[in-house]
Amino acid sequence: MNLIRIYGLFLRHFYLITRSFPRVLDLIYWPTIQITLWGFISNFFATYSTYYNNAVGIILTCAILYDFLFRTSIGFNMLFLEEIWSRNFTNLFISPMRISEIITSLVGTALIRALIGLVPAILLTSPLFGISILNLGINLFFLFLSLYIFGITLGILVSAGLLRFGPSFENIAWSTMFLIAPFGCVYYPVDILPNVFQKIAYSMPLVYVFEEARRILVDQTVNTRNIYFAFILNVVYLTVAISLFYYSFNQARKKGTLINIGE
Amino acid sequence: MTNLVDVKNLKKNYSSKEAVKNISFSIKENEILGLLGPNGSGKTTTIGMLLGLLKPTSGEIKIDNMFFEKNRIEILSKINFISPYIELPKKLTVKQNLIVYGKLYNIQNLQDRIEYLTEKLRLEDLLNRITGELSSGQKNRASLAKALINKPKVLFLDEPTASLDPEIGDFVRSFLENYKQENKISILLASHNMSEVSRLCKSVLMMKNGIIVDAGTPEFLIDKHGRKNLEEVFLKLSRGNNESN
Repeated sequence: MNLIRIYGLFLRHFYLITRSFPRVLDLIYWPTIQITLWGFISNFFATYSTYYNNAVGIILTCAILYDFLFRTSIGFNMLFLEEIWSRNFTNLFISPMRISEIITSLVGTALIRALIGLVPAILLTSPLFGISILNLGINLFFLFLSLYIFGITLGILVSAGLLRFGPSFENIAWSTMFLIAPFGCVYYPVDILPNVFQKIAYSMPLVYVFEEARRILVDQTVNTRNIYFAFILNVVYLTVAISLFYYSFNQARKKGTLINIGE
Repeated sequence: MTNLVDVKNLKKNYSSKEAVKNISFSIKENEILGLLGPNGSGKTTTIGMLLGLLKPTSGEIKIDNMFFEKNRIEILSKINFISPYIELPKKLTVKQNLIVYGKLYNIQNLQDRIEYLTEKLRLEDLLNRITGELSSGQKNRASLAKALINKPKVLFLDEPTASLDPEIGDFVRSFLENYKQENKISILLASHNMSEVSRLCKSVLMMKNGIIVDAGTPEFLIDKHGRKNLEEVFLKLSRGNNESN
């Protein structure tokens, strides 16, 4: 064993971490997010152990909805990252594709990717657990639509970051979904969050979607205001995300990131 | 002959560095212009601006009589690029890649175009092979097919024969000569291979530290600097003892 060589390899990775803020952030927030998310879940079940009569059904339904959001967002990012990994990025951006065409194409492809994963999951829950997400009825369509739009929005935001900051932003791409999960109130009602976190949660469409899913499953009632609020917020976030993508593209052309990513 | 590319007072500054300083040049129809210079001289930045990947700090680029910044998409449909530093998606077959890029460039009669390029670039045996599994020479020919899929009026080549063996390098150079002759396209060739530049280029730009330090035909530059070949001219200019300036 040669300590100098061991130290050399340590340095190789240490330099990498210290030269990239997204990597440092990545190291910090994974444990933080995991502890926060599971802390709220545990807190909820400890306080409201009788809240759900059909706990498995509700949790599984919310898990499927969340997975759809996750797949949509990650799917969008994956498509973008795929071009970077295959060193095809330059070829794409020197082709006569408008930014709007790139976004539209990736949005459609991300939907197909998400559905490929979603359909088997829905089909499996019925024979394995006797649960059907279709119990949400026609509102299921609106809930999925909201999640799809928000997933795409997150995908566009992360891709804008990749355009602007280059591949070092990749770690953020993987973890955005986990970063917002505690505020999405996927597995517990929004009331369980501290007041400050509730304000953040209500500023995102997710809380309205998951609150509505639980309302339908637990109370068998529909509050169209939740669906409406989710839609309005989605439109706002999507507009901001697309604008940011255009801004990042222009900045990347100014700063030279497109060339650095491409090679 | 008309100019297909006109570059005037082109400048690119990064936050703390002037990468390209006020350069002007043009490329005529059916001309191959060589772009030479040591690493860091501004060649890649210049090509990046000509491809729209970089926004110039100032100056103007006109391609096919259109200003680049105002007509980016239309110009991009008329140009293309090949470099060993960028690749086609590795997991697609060569044919799938050509179909994808044919669609991105909205090529009419795509099948005919693919057949034409397949024959010219000897791709028959490669079309259904996975691009990532090809040798460097085979990948180079596939990339060349992609770069010509849109019948570009202007082709930008960044070291197109780097890492190729002499036989394939010669095939690529001969192909480019013939293709240019048949299709009257303009080519900007950035290369460190001086014999390649001498063979292909009617005129040459020498860049150093972001400026064009000399220009002319290879023969003119060799005579002017009193050297035996273009490589010696390159070494003289890049080492900074440019007696004529």
